[in-house]
Amino acid sequence: MPDLTTRTEPPGAVVIEPGTIAPGRARGVPPLRREGPEKLTGAAKYADDLVFPGAWFGATIRSTDAHARFVALDLDPAFDWSSVVVVTAADIPGENIVSSIKSDQPILVPIGGEIQHHAEPLALLAAGDRATLRAAKAAVRIRVEPLPPVFDPLASDHVFAAYELAAGDPDAAFGAADMVLEGEYRVGHQEQLYIENNAMIAVPSDDGGVTVHGSLQCPYYVHGALKRGLGMDDAQARVVQAETGGGFGGKEEYPSVIGLHAALLALKAGRPVRMIYDRHEDIAATTKRHPAIVRHRTGVTRDGRLVAQDIEVVMDGGAYCTLTPVVLSRGAIHAGGPYRCPNVRIRARATRTNTPPNGAFRGFGAPQVQFAAETHLNRLAETLGMSPLEIRRRNVYVPGDTTPTGQVLRDSVAAEEVLERAAEAGEFEHLRARHDAARVRRSGSGAVPGSALRTERERTASGVGLAIAWHGAGFTGSGEVKLASVASLELTAEGRIRILTASTEMGQGTKTIFPQLVAEALAVPYDAVELAPQDTAFVPDSGPTVASRTAMVVGGLLIKAAKRLRAGVEMTTGGTFAATYREFARSHGALRVDQRFEPYPGVGFDDATYRGDAYPAFGWAACVAGVDVDLDTGEVHVRDVVAVDDIGRVIHPILAEGQVEGGTLQAVGYATIEEIKLRDGRYLNDRLSTYIIPTSLDAPRITSILVEAPFAAAPHGAKGVGELPMDVGAPAVVAAIADATGAWITDLPATPERILAALAGVPAVAPLPPGASEPATPGTAR
Amino acid sequence: MTVYRLTVNAARVEVDVPGMRRLLDVLREDLALTGTKEGCGEGECGACTVLLDGLPVDSCLVPICQVDGAVVATVEGLAPNARELDPLQAAFLETGGAQCGICTPGMLMAARAYLDAGGGTDEDAIRDAIAGNLCRCTGYTKIVEAIATAAGGPR
Repeated sequence: MPDLTTRTEPPGAVVIEPGTIAPGRARGVPPLRREGPEKLTGAAKYADDLVFPGAWFGATIRSTDAHARFVALDLDPAFDWSSVVVVTAADIPGENIVSSIKSDQPILVPIGGEIQHHAEPLALLAAGDRATLRAAKAAVRIRVEPLPPVFDPLASDHVFAAYELAAGDPDAAFGAADMVLEGEYRVGHQEQLYIENNAMIAVPSDDGGVTVHGSLQCPYYVHGALKRGLGMDDAQARVVQAETGGGFGGKEEYPSVIGLHAALLALKAGRPVRMIYDRHEDIAATTKRHPAIVRHRTGVTRDGRLVAQDIEVVMDGGAYCTLTPVVLSRGAIHAGGPYRCPNVRIRARATRTNTPPNGAFRGFGAPQVQFAAETHLNRLAETLGMSPLEIRRRNVYVPGDTTPTGQVLRDSVAAEEVLERAAEAGEFEHLRARHDAARVRRSGSGAVPGSALRTERERTASGVGLAIAWHGAGFTGSGEVKLASVASLELTAEGRIRILTASTEMGQGTKTIFPQLVAEALAVPYDAVELAPQDTAFVPDSGPTVASRTAMVVGGLLIKAAKRLRAGVEMTTGGTFAATYREFARSHGALRVDQRFEPYPGVGFDDATYRGDAYPAFGWAACVAGVDVDLDTGEVHVRDVVAVDDIGRVIHPILAEGQVEGGTLQAVGYATIEEIKLRDGRYLNDRLSTYIIPTSLDAPRITSILVEAPFAAAPHGAKGVGELPMDVGAPAVVAAIADATGAWITDLPATPERILAALAGVPAVAPLPPGASEPATPGTAR
Repeated sequence: MTVYRLTVNAARVEVDVPGMRRLLDVLREDLALTGTKEGCGEGECGACTVLLDGLPVDSCLVPICQVDGAVVATVEGLAPNARELDPLQAAFLETGGAQCGICTPGMLMAARAYLDAGGGTDEDAIRDAIAGNLCRCTGYTKIVEAIATAAGGPR
């Protein structure tokens, strides 16, 4: 495997001469990141960098119980409350609901209401300085009556969502299979851990409305939440994105909560209020990746062909529904992995527990289920005495195959290509054979584990692991049709070309690729295309910046808008757009094109039957991970990863590689070190000193290879890249650990404790489901 | 309150603040230098890294009373002027070393200290130099590439 990080040019990428039109094709030299200079000089303004004269500081009073009746909020009469604003549920002018899929989450729990999780917001405070705010917080006492909590998602009878997919006749097929293997896999919470914490600043406006500036992915989600919770109209509620220091899904739904809190305080205080979370509050209170328990029962033929899959997925939704039904839906559809199987039953449900709500995180249900699917397939291969590469070759989807929702995969199917390229670049079979030999040598070598006489070489076992995944591009099912996103392009009266979308930049490159796509479609220089700020007062609702949909869906809308704008100008002037648009603007004034999403031709999904084209297209990813395992300590060092991702078309190679590299490292963290511990429904390690993420020394050398299998119905062929790499990293690392040690880790993360326990053949921990807590200790109740 | 005198990005400044006020807050709130970021407030993430007499420190862990008379360098002092990036910043821009940008100021200061100490293009040495600065976007690949580029051209 190559030691150094290299960049591989995308296969089939064509260097296009400047001035020619070919939207979406990588040019020889991609443009520099649009907002890069501001970020590099410290000039970029993130939420906490914004100054609003006279602004107060806001804080949240939170529950310390997982489940309780909120009896009273006592304000210490000895404290001077005249310099503090207190907001309770009684101050909410609109509905006391955080607008989302279901109307189950209150903005603040009312007195007499039910507290559903630890760190749930009960009241809000604001003061002119931090010292007063701290003193006020200390002068608030919460009185509650404890209620019995539920921590086990398997035991919970409150179901947020359930789906069932079926194809063929699995029961009959199991009977006819040569071999049937069962397995159970568990994954825990994962924190997004963007380096900028959640932050919102609300500023009251003269018309009784409010403007919220903040760190967020989806301006119109927050806008909708403000309207509903504050009883405002479209114009009164205004949301402006500040520079955003990472999202990864963690700023998809939670900013609605913080935006509402800041706005309530600002409206009552009659001045701007800053609601800036510190790291501890951010980890303790905001959403995580859903824990899951996945059970597989798989029938295969002797030669390794899948004949039946029976899969049960249970996700822990936490205390409120948030986006759980959609996370579960994606999880159910991806649960079988990218494999052809004629007889399938997938049952998925998500239940409520008294833990903080789980929500969006890069991959959105797919990483959980594909860790299970890939690990289970590897164990099947091992049982059959077959190479992990060979069993995948025999089963991966090829064009013409049908998925469990009945979707026929017509084009843009690159499973075989990413698999072969990863195996080849990662020298998978060669390394595997070498590790087999090393394992045989070690057994019976007489070297005693833990012995001081054992050399470092003797106690280090190397392994290599392979994984492949598919990832539906864009919203699931009829999601995009319902969103009906709009992207606009404007030639201003001053002769400037301006993009208007609500798609946000959070590091992934929206502000660079949008002008790039539009410039190519208009055949004008990149720098001639401007972007309007992500401010709901100016830009249309282009849908949320999630689900790897921005480049594919909104980018596609912009190309269509650019073609219409170009045609409009050229028809009038008779010249090329580039040569005549300034003259057009001078003589005819502004011209604006609003492009609304239209369903991709031939793509349809029926929500009622859950059948049809679950996604307009799928991206495909494979990776090969190399690890060293210390057999004495159980420590894993992920040495290198070759990541191969088919993203349809590469718009900007450097940005696309950045997504692959960053996603790969998040997946490596998920596989090895990132774990939330709970007690009584509370996150125990809710600080950055106890919830750890990989540093530059923990990170593997990552080689990214970009593959292009274009999606024909998108004008530029792009399918999205953000989430794909998150699906393959963890199963590849766990397979590599098994290659090194012979032991399979079925619970993520593969901590030293779990690895040592697996090597010793004992359970690592008491078999508590992820998300479950130890039972409340008697005597600790107040 | 006490008066402390220090040099920040070649400018002499005077602040009248409590001695235990964090250098981070003095920079961001008293001197309006918001380029330095806060990620965790407990010295884990390195987003608030500045150079104190040439050495990288987490400014969230440094009380202002320890900085009296010292020389502090922040990200705002890197570029020679408002229209030009220094070679390290330019390398980050060209290689894709900055994504969301929130770790970038601290990362740049850690890298600056590494280069100023004569650090070269060796990948392990670069990874060691930025091990105290967390990045969640890049996987560090392009950050390492950027620093190596600034240290002496492509590896």
